[in-house]
Order: sequence, then C-alpha cells, then structure tokens
Amino acid sequence: MSAEPVIALSNIRKEYGRGEAQVNALDGIDLSVAPGEFVMLMGPSGSGKSTCMNLLGCLDTPSSGSYRFRGVEVGSLDREQQALLRRHYIGFVFQGFNLLSRTSALENVELPLLYRGTPKAERRARSLAALEQVGLAERADHTPAELSGGQQQRVAIARAMVTEPSLLLADEPTGNLDSARSEEIMQLLTRLNAEQGLTIVMVTHEPDIARYAHRLVHFRDGRIEEAA
Amino acid sequence: MLWNALLLALRAIRRNVLRSFLTVLGIVIGVGSVIIMVNLGNAATASVTAQIASLGSNMLIVRPGQRRGPGSNEEGAALTLADAEAIRREVPGLAAVAPTANKSMTAVFGNSNWSTTVTGTDNAYRTVRDWALVSGRDFTPGELAGGRAVCIIGDTVRRELIGPGDPIGVRIRLKNIACEVIGLLEPKGQSSMGQDQDDAVLVPLRMFWRRVAGNQDVGAIQLSARDGVATTKVQAQTERLMRERRRIKDGADDDFHVFDMRQITNTLTNTTRSLTGLLGAVAAVSLLVGGIGIMNIMLVSVTERTREIGIRLAIGALGHEVLLQFLVEAVVLAALGGVAGIALALGVSWLASDLMGMPFLVDWGIVLIAFLFSAAVGVVFGYFPARRAARLEPIEALRHE
Ligand SMILES: Nc1ncnc2c1ncn2[C@@H]1O[C@H](COP(=O)(O)OP(=O)(O)OP(=O)(O)O)[C@@H](O)[C@H]1O
Ligand SMILES: [Mg+2]
Repeated sequence: MSAEPVIALSNIRKEYGRGEAQVNALDGIDLSVAPGEFVMLMGPSGSGKSTCMNLLGCLDTPSSGSYRFRGVEVGSLDREQQALLRRHYIGFVFQGFNLLSRTSALENVELPLLYRGTPKAERRARSLAALEQVGLAERADHTPAELSGGQQQRVAIARAMVTEPSLLLADEPTGNLDSARSEEIMQLLTRLNAEQGLTIVMVTHEPDIARYAHRLVHFRDGRIEEAA
Repeated sequence: MLWNALLLALRAIRRNVLRSFLTVLGIVIGVGSVIIMVNLGNAATASVTAQIASLGSNMLIVRPGQRRGPGSNEEGAALTLADAEAIRREVPGLAAVAPTANKSMTAVFGNSNWSTTVTGTDNAYRTVRDWALVSGRDFTPGELAGGRAVCIIGDTVRRELIGPGDPIGVRIRLKNIACEVIGLLEPKGQSSMGQDQDDAVLVPLRMFWRRVAGNQDVGAIQLSARDGVATTKVQAQTERLMRERRRIKDGADDDFHVFDMRQITNTLTNTTRSLTGLLGAVAAVSLLVGGIGIMNIMLVSVTERTREIGIRLAIGALGHEVLLQFLVEAVVLAALGGVAGIALALGVSWLASDLMGMPFLVDWGIVLIAFLFSAAVGVVFGYFPARRAARLEPIEALRHE
C-alpha cells in the first residue's frame, strides 16, 4: 500500500442552479483520506455531505477543484474509466438505497459481480455470504418491496461490500436501523476496516455511531469545520 | 459480454412481465394485421383471376340488344345461326364460334329433380369455354344435325340428380323430354359473378330449338380468339360484320353488343386490386397503432429505466454494457413479437382462405416490411431513451423524476 492518500480533495466546489437560484452545495472543500482510514462525515441536514459523497464516488462532477483518487486526477478520466474505477475500487451505499425494484435481494447483491465478470457459482456464493454478513440470508429471494426499510438498507450494504472494494462510501448506512442492528453493522465495518484495510468514508448523524471512526469531519454550509 | 447482456436482458424481461407482454402484443398486432390483410387481399385477387380464367380465356359474347350498363339489355332482333356462321367465316383469328340458346328448366331423374340451365349449342362451346370432359364424349355430327335428345351435364347436375358414379348412359328427363347423358363436364366451380358454372346441361342446338324453344333463335354467340390475337380487334371486326348483317345505318346505334370478357377481367382485377390497397391502408393504420402502443409503453417506463440505468452505472456498469442490455432486450421482444405475429397471421390467413375457398398466398415482402417496422419501433423506443440515460452523470440518472 502506498503512502499516497486514497482520497485527496482540494478546493472542491459544487454549485447547483444559476444566478439568483444558485446554491453552493460545496464551497471549497479540502479533504484527504489515507488508506485504511475510517472517516465519518457529520453535519446538519443540507450541509453538503451527500454531495461530497457523490463526488467521492465519481457519480458526479465537481464545478471546480481537484479530486485525486489513489493519485489519479479523476477529472482527467473519461466516463468509461470512471465507471471502471467504481467497478474495481469503490463500494457505495446510497442514502436512498437505490436497489433495483422487482429484483430479489440476491440478484441485487450479485449485480456488481456480474459487471465484473465473476463466474456464476462464485457470484452466488459471495452474494449469499454478503447477505449472511448483514443478517439477511433467509431473505435472499425477497424483492425490495417485500423488505423493510432497514432490510433494504442492509441489502444495499451487502451490495457495496460484495466486491471487496478498497474504498467503501456509505451515506447514512445505519439511518434506518435500530441500535442493535446498527451496532452489528458497525462491528462488521470495523472488522473489515481492521482486517482487510478497507478505507471507509461514512456519513452519520448519530454520535453513538460516530465513535467507531478514526476521525470526524464536520460539514457546515458546504464547508468543513475544524476537525474535532 | 454479449452473454452477460443477454442474461441481464432476460432478467429484465422477466422482471417487467407486463411491460414486456404489452410490447410484444403491440408488435404482434402490428405485424399480424398487416400480413393478414395483405395476404387476404392478394388471395382475393388471385381467386378472382383464377375464376375469370376458368370462364375461358380470350372469350367474347355477341348478344342482341343494346348494352346499357352491366346486365341490362334493350330488345333487339334475335341472332341467327347464319350470324354465327358468318362470324366464323369472316372474322379472322378465331379459335371457335358457338351459337347458344338457353332456358331454365327442371331436370328429373328417379325421385330427384333439380332446376338448372339447359343450353342448346354445338361442340365448339367446349372449345370456347375451355371446358374438358371428365368422361363420355362430344355430340356426334348426326346428333347435332338430327337434334337428338342427348345431353352433356355439369358436375353439380350429376351430384344433385344422379349421385356418385359414372352418369354416362343414364336417361334423365328435361321437362318431358327423355334425354340420354353422353358426357360429363369437368368441375369448374363458381364464376367471378358467384354463379355455379357446373350447374349446366348442354344439348344439341337443334334439339333445343325443336323441343324446348319452339323457334330457331340464337340467344348468344360465344367466340374465342386464338392465342396472341387481340380481343379488341376481334370485337371491332365482329361489330362491323354484325352491323352490316343487321343493316344498321351509319350513325345509328347498335341493336346488339359484343362483350369482351377480358374487359370484365380487367375491371374485376382492378376492383380487387383497389380492395387490396384499401386493406393494406387499414393494415398500415393498425401497424401504426401497434407502433404507438409500443412507443407509449417505452416512454412511460423511461423514468423507471433511467433510474435503473443510474443504479447500474453507479455500481460499475459501463455505458455501452447497459446499452447493449437494453438493445438485446428490445431485440428479443421485437423478435418474439414478430415471430408470434407472423405465426398468428399465417394461421389466420390460412384459415380464412380455407373458409372462403381462396388460395393461401403469402407476400413475404410484406411480412418482412411489417416485421422490420415493428422491430424498429421497439428498438428505437427501447434503445434511444436508454441511450440518453446512459449519457447522464450517474447521479442525475438516479435523481430522474
Ligand atoms: N440536484 C440538486 N439540485 C439543486 N440543489 C441541490 C441538489 N442536490 C443537493 N442540492 C442542495 O445542495 C445542498 C447540500 O445537499 P446534500 O444532499 O449534500 O445535503 P446533506 O448534507 O446530505 O443533507 P442530509 O443530511 O439531509 O442528507 C442542499 O442545500 C441541497 O438543497
Ligand atoms: Mg444526505
């Protein structure tokens, strides 16, 4: 593992709209995350956490500024290269889950492996194992509509982890879970972080959850406040 | 990768059963209706043409009276046997000339009786009508000259009166005339006017004159031109000859008419052809409706598809992989619908032509056009919204409403 940071944001801005209606969702962000780090993003609603996560996940393009992922300037990559970067290095848990509807939990979890070209038997085994880890093995055949919010969230976590990414980006992954489930998920993430050196950037509102992090980053009005 | 796309496409089809079904249905309706309509139109044209051909090719009919639109004759002096002989002598290019006179009569055999048309004529009649004998023989010169009571019967008369088996030698009665059957005509089926041509009894003209009509009138003279001779020319020459013979002054109207069957043929073929055109137009509309149906389904599902594409892109799918999946999905549905539509159309056309006694014809050109059109609609409206979505930033696709 190189000493190079996994993530290096410098002076990142993201503006929505134009003129009067312009919103500065991110207003000059500098953030660096080292390999194996477990970072929590916190801050009031609307402070730009999700916007920042989307940029980190190469799902969106900043208005200005530089984002280097493992030393590579993301802005210089074309769409396909960014997609390959997501495919091979990044697992993403959305605030709104974003599971495929009318598709079983198992098939949802399998999907990223399918795009990686993992053979069928291995795909199945790894997806089942991932569902097992989030405690949903017996719900593998259920579609999102047949799952509770918390269960959907855990499927989304399983989908993000199944590819064994080197960076896990999770936007409030415990937002819909009770405290016991949240504990379990956090222990799972901590274990992956410690044993496999998985780098984790995660958004949370809950101070209880925040204590698992190595470092907290506070957002306010699109800026990062002094680290706690 | 194509394998993956196929797998994903099949999963998507299974997931969206209703949407897939409606898409396929749109294609089935579009493809099916066009093929059915065009096939039936063509079959109608072909059967009309075949029926006309069965009337006898290159045939003309001379009748007394003015022609006043189809079917209506004005009285004119009857034709004579001498007219027929004059035509045979003086009009060049004729294959045969048959004087005819007919009357509707009841034929009796045993307990059965059957109302039919009895035609007095000679052996040239079969040549003009291009009508073969299945069994038996023509009239002998002796029978013709002596006006003997012998007859050649059509297939319907045999069936209704005598029943199965060879009718040769059987004696039937026409009104009160005992008449020996000497020949059986080959079945011809319905004429283009819907008459049963096989409902006929032929007797020697002299026998008809003496024992049926009681006069020596010829009702109509039927002619056939030799192959390669223009019937219009024959018509003109016959008209000139008849005017001369009937002493019609220059400028006066004809009191007879010469009917060219080819004109009827042309009229009828044109009619059926415009019928085919009309059916084709109706079919084109149904094709369009089917296409709009597909388009609607595809456009309604654009939001869902766009979000789905966003998800796939976010978890690492490449734009062209997603597109390939959607393309394969569209192609699979189009192919399914196309094949089902073609199968349905062929089945229905076959059944319909069987029921209506028409030939079963398939216009493969139309099959291809209908299939390509529907497939194109499916592919275009399935593929292009997907392509637009795949070009968005993943997060924009995910947020699509
Ligand atoms: N697509 C968009 N168009 C316009 N404005 C947007 C868009 N997305 C986000 N914003 C604005 O950017 C700001 C930051 O939003 P963001 O979603 O990053 O907040 P957040 O910190 O994740 O909040 P929460 O804790 O509620 O999830 C908000 O003011 C929001 O209104
Ligand atoms: Mg958020």
